Amino acid sequence: MQQIINFILRYKNSFLYVFLGLISMVLTIRSHSYHQSKFFNSSKWLTANIYEISSNISAYFDLKEENEKLSKENQELRILLFNRDSQLVKPLDTARAKFNVIPGKVVKNSYANLRNYITINVGRKQGVRQDMGVITPQGILGIVENTSNNYSTVQSILNTKSNINAKVKNTNYFGSLVWNGERYDEVQLVDIPRLVPLVVGDTIVTGGMSSIFPEGIPIGTIKKYELNTAQSFYDIEVSLFNDMTNIGHIYVIESFDRPEILELQAETGDEQ
Amino acid sequence: MSNNVIFTNIVRFVLLVLSQVLIFNHLNFFGSINPMVYIIFLYWYPIRENRALFLLVCFLLGLTIDIFSDTLALHTFASLTIAYARPVIMRFCFGVNYEFQTFTFKNTTRIQRITFLALLVLTHHLIFFTFEILSFSHILLLLKKVLLTSILTIFICVMLSSLFTVQTE
Repeated sequence: MQQIINFILRYKNSFLYVFLGLISMVLTIRSHSYHQSKFFNSSKWLTANIYEISSNISAYFDLKEENEKLSKENQELRILLFNRDSQLVKPLDTARAKFNVIPGKVVKNSYANLRNYITINVGRKQGVRQDMGVITPQGILGIVENTSNNYSTVQSILNTKSNINAKVKNTNYFGSLVWNGERYDEVQLVDIPRLVPLVVGDTIVTGGMSSIFPEGIPIGTIKKYELNTAQSFYDIEVSLFNDMTNIGHIYVIESFDRPEILELQAETGDEQ
Repeated sequence: MSNNVIFTNIVRFVLLVLSQVLIFNHLNFFGSINPMVYIIFLYWYPIRENRALFLLVCFLLGLTIDIFSDTLALHTFASLTIAYARPVIMRFCFGVNYEFQTFTFKNTTRIQRITFLALLVLTHHLIFFTFEILSFSHILLLLKKVLLTSILTIFICVMLSSLFTVQTE
């Protein structure tokens, strides 16, 4: 007994190291298999507030640029508004609306890691929940991963775990949008069958298969494409519309149909 | 440790965490290289430390950085490991002299100190990126990241350490 105690005392630092190392390993591996760490993420009160202060200061430096972006978006929306066919206008019935949009702002951006997360300044109190889509005026940004009362973290499309349903515009060929971790202005679209006629410069948009994003949100254009090693599907390099290094205002998309779709899918899954 | 040393280390901890997450995490040299400057905390930490406390402090340091930068517990594990390995690295760099009571940073050469810092940084980055990438098919990407980030981190740390000369024993 004496010897065991002596042994433990002698190597107490090594034991401490192994113990703390195990804690961090558990945190890492659990989050690898599931999601971003639930308790340790930057949507929490202290970290998010520090980021908010810092972003409030730096926001002054690109106010002008942000204003230009917003006014350009307004211009596009106005062109749509004035050119619509007035016969087709129906009163906006909120009971039949499929999507709601929550505006917000990025307080922390990241694009240099392999698993990038963005922190935004809207949270549960504003109606943001896990697995809602996040877009910018130019294109898609990512999916909400964790929320706190006033902040959320977003899994960026520049994340090796990200997997979003996407298609070639004006066709119905779907593929998965993934990221290989190399360049912050390029993502990859895989699983498009080889019979699809592709042209460099074609637009890639979100597909309607996911219940997260509405169909047809722009993502980017085809930069180059080649057949994968099995020669049956294309590997497509997509250059993004979004400048991921410079993101200001964002919109969180709430899909009203999502709970129903998920419920239905769960039921079908149970029966199999 | 005197009160003064505890106080300096707390201030250092807070300032290094803030500068890491607010400034150095957003440098993005050549697109994606961000130095991890907080490692200099381990370089500046007093030589004759209470090892258990030192391990705990480094664990906390890594965890704080992790929470801010949403990197799971990668920083935690890497900084904990270099904290555990610090005596070995010091013995390697400063020779057996380091075990004597009279040993201070002042009677080491500049080269020895930079080697010490470089070894800390390299070990840290190797562990960090191995666990971040966690795949053998990306071994080239891993080596590239370790090398480039280490060079930048070491460069900035050397600048910082010559800017704020260490007064502790």
